[in-house]
Amino acid sequence: MIDSLVSLAWTVAKVLAILVPLVLAVAWYTFAERKVVGYIQVRMGPNRVGPRGWLQPIADGIKLVLKEVIIPAGANRFLFVLAPVIALGAALAAWAVVPFGEGLVLADINAGLLYILAMTSVGVYGVIIAGWASNSKYALLGAMRSAAQIVAYEIAMGFALVVVLMAAGSLNLGEIVNAQDGSILNWFWLPLLPMFVVYIIAGIAETNRAPFDVAEGESEIVAGFHVEYSGMSFLVFFLAEYANMILISLLISIMFLGGWLSPFQGIFPDRFTEGFPLGPGPHWLLLKTLFFMFLYLWLRATFPRYRYDQIMRLGWKVFIPLTIVWIVVVGVAIVLDVPPWFDGA
Amino acid sequence: MSKTRGWLKSFLLVELFRGLMLTIRYMFSGKFTVRYPEEKAPQSPRFRGLHALRRYPNGEERCIACKLCEAVCPALAITIDSEPRKDGTRRTSRYDIDLFKCIFCGFCEEACPVDSIVETRIYEYHFEKRGEQIMTKDKLLAIGDRYEAQIASDRMQDALYR
Repeated sequence: MIDSLVSLAWTVAKVLAILVPLVLAVAWYTFAERKVVGYIQVRMGPNRVGPRGWLQPIADGIKLVLKEVIIPAGANRFLFVLAPVIALGAALAAWAVVPFGEGLVLADINAGLLYILAMTSVGVYGVIIAGWASNSKYALLGAMRSAAQIVAYEIAMGFALVVVLMAAGSLNLGEIVNAQDGSILNWFWLPLLPMFVVYIIAGIAETNRAPFDVAEGESEIVAGFHVEYSGMSFLVFFLAEYANMILISLLISIMFLGGWLSPFQGIFPDRFTEGFPLGPGPHWLLLKTLFFMFLYLWLRATFPRYRYDQIMRLGWKVFIPLTIVWIVVVGVAIVLDVPPWFDGA
Repeated sequence: MSKTRGWLKSFLLVELFRGLMLTIRYMFSGKFTVRYPEEKAPQSPRFRGLHALRRYPNGEERCIACKLCEAVCPALAITIDSEPRKDGTRRTSRYDIDLFKCIFCGFCEEACPVDSIVETRIYEYHFEKRGEQIMTKDKLLAIGDRYEAQIASDRMQDALYR
């Protein structure tokens, strides 16, 4: 009895240790987005609240929390309230299997990759239900666009992950990282370069971010699936979207850039690459993740929104054939033990 | 051949990388933002802000109620009543500018034969009650008295071009 209570409390503490930094990261990620996009557009971005604008996310949060939650008269109340909860729940649940370092993981399950795929797909239900429950044509159109897009890119993304798990020989995220051990040239970004690119692009499309954000294309459908949401319910969608962006950045780092492995490993003699700064550790994972989080903002500030038919063409006619071909290529390479990457194991 | 090259170019994302390099360069370039209350944008002596009525150095008001400004005003923002003063000269008894109608085109200033109505460089003002947007003769003369030095120097700088 006491034992199970203690282990429960310990699990809750671990969950909080992941969620609290995550929510804070989301808050300041929105600030970083406005700053980075501003700087790229040769302006300064928010700089009024607190020193250099650093308290802006707090002001934004307070504003959204204090605003009224409006439920449209024709909406399905239950589903309308449920949708953002599903979106956020799925976005946060995926974090359970993410390893932050050697053994630093909440749930070390064997089918981690499968679980991640499942959870990121459940997030789509939040979008679709929100679009339908709002009883608004713009919300419905946005939800349908987003659903079609996510289905198309989910396949390419899934195939890219299949290649990763073929190369790593495991579905466990920790073992995928360990399979990339050796040096920076052993990380999967090089042997699986096309999949690396496909996964980045499909990840952006999957999170409905620019330049694949037709789901909210404000010039055509106002704001897409979340037009009717305000205050807290909007905040929850917002949180889910940014948590997903951080998650995808983290997954790219884990699956293609060697997670917590140090880039100096295999270049310097081993005795230099032990211990904190140069050896493997969560700080490398953090740095890699930050780079991809920045890439999200960089891409948003650089590229115009794709036309809808172009998105579909890219997903179905480019990415899916490309990933299938690469599955065959990697499969043959593994069977024939092609050096330098596929001759181990 | 060119088809192959185009295909290769789009597959290697050449143009996308070029775009990314361009935007990252702008990220580190100087910013154009003017941090308003601390910094202010430079102003020309021809700036057309809040209106003022001027006086001659001897304290006599310049306006002779010719009503040219009222006639030229495209927004019909100026209302003038006039009557002879005790000394027989013609002066305005009422000179109102409705700032909600005014479009700050500066035609009144150009039309004025005695440089009486002018637009100053003042652009930071506000109204708190209804009716405050009507600039009466008293208010306009008060602004003219207060900023005469700057108004005069601005006219001097622009005199060559008028």
